[in-house]
Order: sequence, then C-alpha cells, then structure tokens
Amino acid sequence: MAQRKRLSGAQTSSQAKRPSGSQAAPEDEDDQTFTLPSSSQVLRGMESLAPGQLEQKTAEVVQYFLVKDQKKFAIRRADIVKHVLKEQRNIYPEVMRRAAATFQQVFGLKLVEIEQKNHLYILINSLEPSAAAPPSSSTNPKTGLLFVVLGLIFMKGGVARENVVWSTLKKLRIDPREKHEEFGDVRKLLTEEFVRQRYLEYIRIPHTDPVEFEFGWGQRAEYEVSKPRILSFMGELHQQDPQTWSQQYREAHSSSSSTPSPSPSQR
Amino acid sequence: MSQQRMEDSHRRFLQAMMTIGVIDRQGAKTLHRRCCEEHKTQHSPDRLDSFIDTINSKLQPLFMQIRKGMSEDDGNQYYVLVNTAETDVTRMSSDYADNELELFRKTMDLIISSENGKASSTDILNCTDTMTSKKLKKIETEQLLKRLVCDKWLSENQGEYTLSTRCIIEMEPYIRAMYQDQVKMCHICHNFAFQCQICDNPACGIKIHNPCVARYFKGRVEPRCPACDDFWPHEIPEFPQHQSSSKR
Ligand SMILES: [Zn+2]
Ligand SMILES: [Zn+2]
Repeated sequence: MAQRKRLSGAQTSSQAKRPSGSQAAPEDEDDQTFTLPSSSQVLRGMESLAPGQLEQKTAEVVQYFLVKDQKKFAIRRADIVKHVLKEQRNIYPEVMRRAAATFQQVFGLKLVEIEQKNHLYILINSLEPSAAAPPSSSTNPKTGLLFVVLGLIFMKGGVARENVVWSTLKKLRIDPREKHEEFGDVRKLLTEEFVRQRYLEYIRIPHTDPVEFEFGWGQRAEYEVSKPRILSFMGELHQQDPQTWSQQYREAHSSSSSTPSPSPSQR
Repeated sequence: MSQQRMEDSHRRFLQAMMTIGVIDRQGAKTLHRRCCEEHKTQHSPDRLDSFIDTINSKLQPLFMQIRKGMSEDDGNQYYVLVNTAETDVTRMSSDYADNELELFRKTMDLIISSENGKASSTDILNCTDTMTSKKLKKIETEQLLKRLVCDKWLSENQGEYTLSTRCIIEMEPYIRAMYQDQVKMCHICHNFAFQCQICDNPACGIKIHNPCVARYFKGRVEPRCPACDDFWPHEIPEFPQHQSSSKR
C-alpha cells in the first residue's frame, strides 16, 4: 500500500506513530525546553523552506486543530511542534499566524491562547450566535445541561458550590449518582469532560474539611457563551422575566461589551 | 464563472458540515437557506452548488473538500466533507486503533469482492482469524461494527454490511487505487457499483445500481440490458422519485 506522507492531524497524541526516520524530532519535547526562536532564526528557517512548505505546514496545523477540536481539547504548543512542525519549529510563529487567519476567514473560528504560561490554545466560534435559536435548540443534548449549570453559576454570582449544583439538578430529575440515558455519567461529564473542554472550572474550596468543590465558568464559556443569552435562557427555564433579576441583568448587559467574546465586526 | 466571496453564511454552513459530516441534498438545501437567513445574506435556492464551490475554493489548499456523490441505497445526492490528503483509511486513525482499522480494511475487501456489495457479520467475524495485528475478540468485533455504522462508515441491514454513502464518496480515490481490477462502474451513472444488479449475459455482465435500474427501466414493458440488449431478468425495484421536501 502506498505509504504517502500523512497529515499528523489524523493522529491523536496517544496513538501517533513514532517517527521512524533519522530526522525524528526529540520525543521528550515539552514547554520548558521550548523557547521561541529569535527573528534571525525565523528568517533562516524561512529561507531553508522549499516553496509551498509554509502552506503545507499551515494546512497540517489547521487539520491538527480541527481533529482535536472535535473533542474540544485544548492544544499545547509543544504538541504542535512535536507532531506537525517537527524539525521546522523555526517557522512556528508564521505558521500560527497563517493558521489563525485561516480559521477566521474560512471556518469562522477564532484561535485563542488561553494560557500564556503553558501556551494552550482553543478554537472558539466567532460567528454571532443566532438570535432566533435558543441555546437549548442545539443538536447536542449535553449543551442544554451545560447551559443549565452555567446559568446556575451565573445566578449565584460566578461560583456555585458543588452540592448546590447537584441539588439543583436533582430538582430537574437529573441524579448525578445514576447513569442518565442522555448524558451518561453526569458527575463525570460536569467534573471532567466539561472541565477538560474548558466550559467549566471545578475548584477545591480552600480550608474545607471534608473537602468541598465549587464550579465556575471555564475560559471557553467566557468566550463562547453570551451572558444576556444565558440570562434569557434562565428566564425561560423559570418562566420569569430576566429583568426581575436586576443585579444579574445589569451584569449581563454591562459586561457583554467587556467580555473577551469576539466582536461581530466581520465585514 | 465569477467566484462568490466567502461570507458568514458559508462559514456557518461549513461549521455544520464539520459537525454532521454527511448530508443529503434536501438537507443541504435546507441548511443553505437557514445559513443565509441567519446571516441575512441573499439566498438563491438554485445556487447551492456554487455556494459550495465558494467554500471548496477556500478548503482546497487545506486538503479538504465538500464532495458530492450518489447513495446506492436511495439514489439521492449526498454531500460529504472529506479530507483529500489522506489516501486510505488512515484518515480514521484518530478514532480507531490499528487493529480496528485492519478489520475495517478486511471488511472493505469482503464487500468489494462480493457480487452484491454486501458482507455478512459471520464472514466479517471469520476474517478476524487472519488478522496480523492484535486479534479482535468476537464481542470487540461486534462493538466495532456498531461504531463503524454509528460513525457512518458502514451501513447495516439484517446482519449484512454495505459501504455507506459517506465511505464510498470519501474513500473514492483509495477504492479506485486499491481495487482497480475488482470494482466495476454503474453502466448508467458511471459511479462505483457495489450494491447493484448484474446483466446475466456472461459476455456482458454490466452492473447497474438498484436506484439507477429503477430510473432507467421505469415504464418499460420489456426491460433489456442497455449494453447487450439481452432481456433484463431481475425484478425492477421501486424508489420514490424524490425525498420528501417537507423535512425541516
Ligand atoms: Zn448508477
Ligand atoms: Zn448485458
């Protein structure tokens, strides 16, 4: 069978095949040892490129992100270098610049660095959410549950204790101790999957004995989920005019301009 | 032809395709309309293909494409978002382990070398014996087949497996390269013919998809092979002309 060069985007890190060639990139690459190349290194890197290489690597990085994004994983710079750029790490800044422009122009996605220390990136949707479509109409039923929890946290002023979240869900007949037919293991979904996807934060409350945890909005939620929208969703849920929650209403509508949420100016 | 500019309606369409992977023509038309309405761009219902061409022109340098093809099951057109850089089943390697991919390849072999484009679950289970990678147990094989159906690589009907529309469209170059000698084209639509009827005349033996048979012989009193003019001995299947357009 023809062993064509494959895009590394199709491989997850767990099963990525080890490079067999002699020019294999160091396997133990991580953030500590990776420093940005100097501008002269970048220039040298660009000069040594074959024509079309920059485009090729950009396409590979884009595919790598899209595969990871299907599971909404955050992506580490070290992994991009290790799995995609390999020995051509010098062109990293230019490739990322082009990849970000491609995501914006072609996919309506915004590439966001959520942690500068660890160089973690996520893709967020930069298309304006449709005013007509309520969040609950999403095709994924888990999104509905997520919105309930985000809404609850928002109503509680930004953080909600774990036991409050569980008891609220019980009122909606979702018991975290039982396997739910649509959501599966709800506890795992909230404390692991949504946390890994950066929709939620699940943090230990200091000085608690026995140990207690609380939920907050994760960075992806801050970017992707509009607070006025969450508030009107809560209004529908409780059949109440959102304006009656004056404090939350004020916050939702004043912070909507200061949140990192992408601006609608696209034309 | 003048190329349209990529706008938010295109991006919304592409985002939806990334989530669903495959959509029939009727569904694509509905999605096209919804995307245009949502972003308040002008919607020309008859311009779906040029709308998709605009997206494809941007996807091409990224080795991606929204490709059109026909379903062997219902004869309808489908659109599939495909990766054009991967030539074989390695495109699935982010979701499947190596031994699972080996079994999928073997299943493709079985289906493509069969007369009728089908493989029974028993045949698939039997070919685990010849696996070179870690052998799959019976229960693992059954679960894998379920996943392959769920991910729309295979279709299942009463214990018989066929290549899905998505698989045929997306793997087209791979099938063409790997099974050159085995695959025949449909005499009517000139696409690969897996599930089909075959002319009984041994000197002819052309293949025609079931939906193409239905369309071609519709209303003919005595069906004859379009290639050798022998009597066409098979039952002429019936297919609804179009999918209901009321679906939203
Ligand atoms: Zn045909
Ligand atoms: Zn014939």
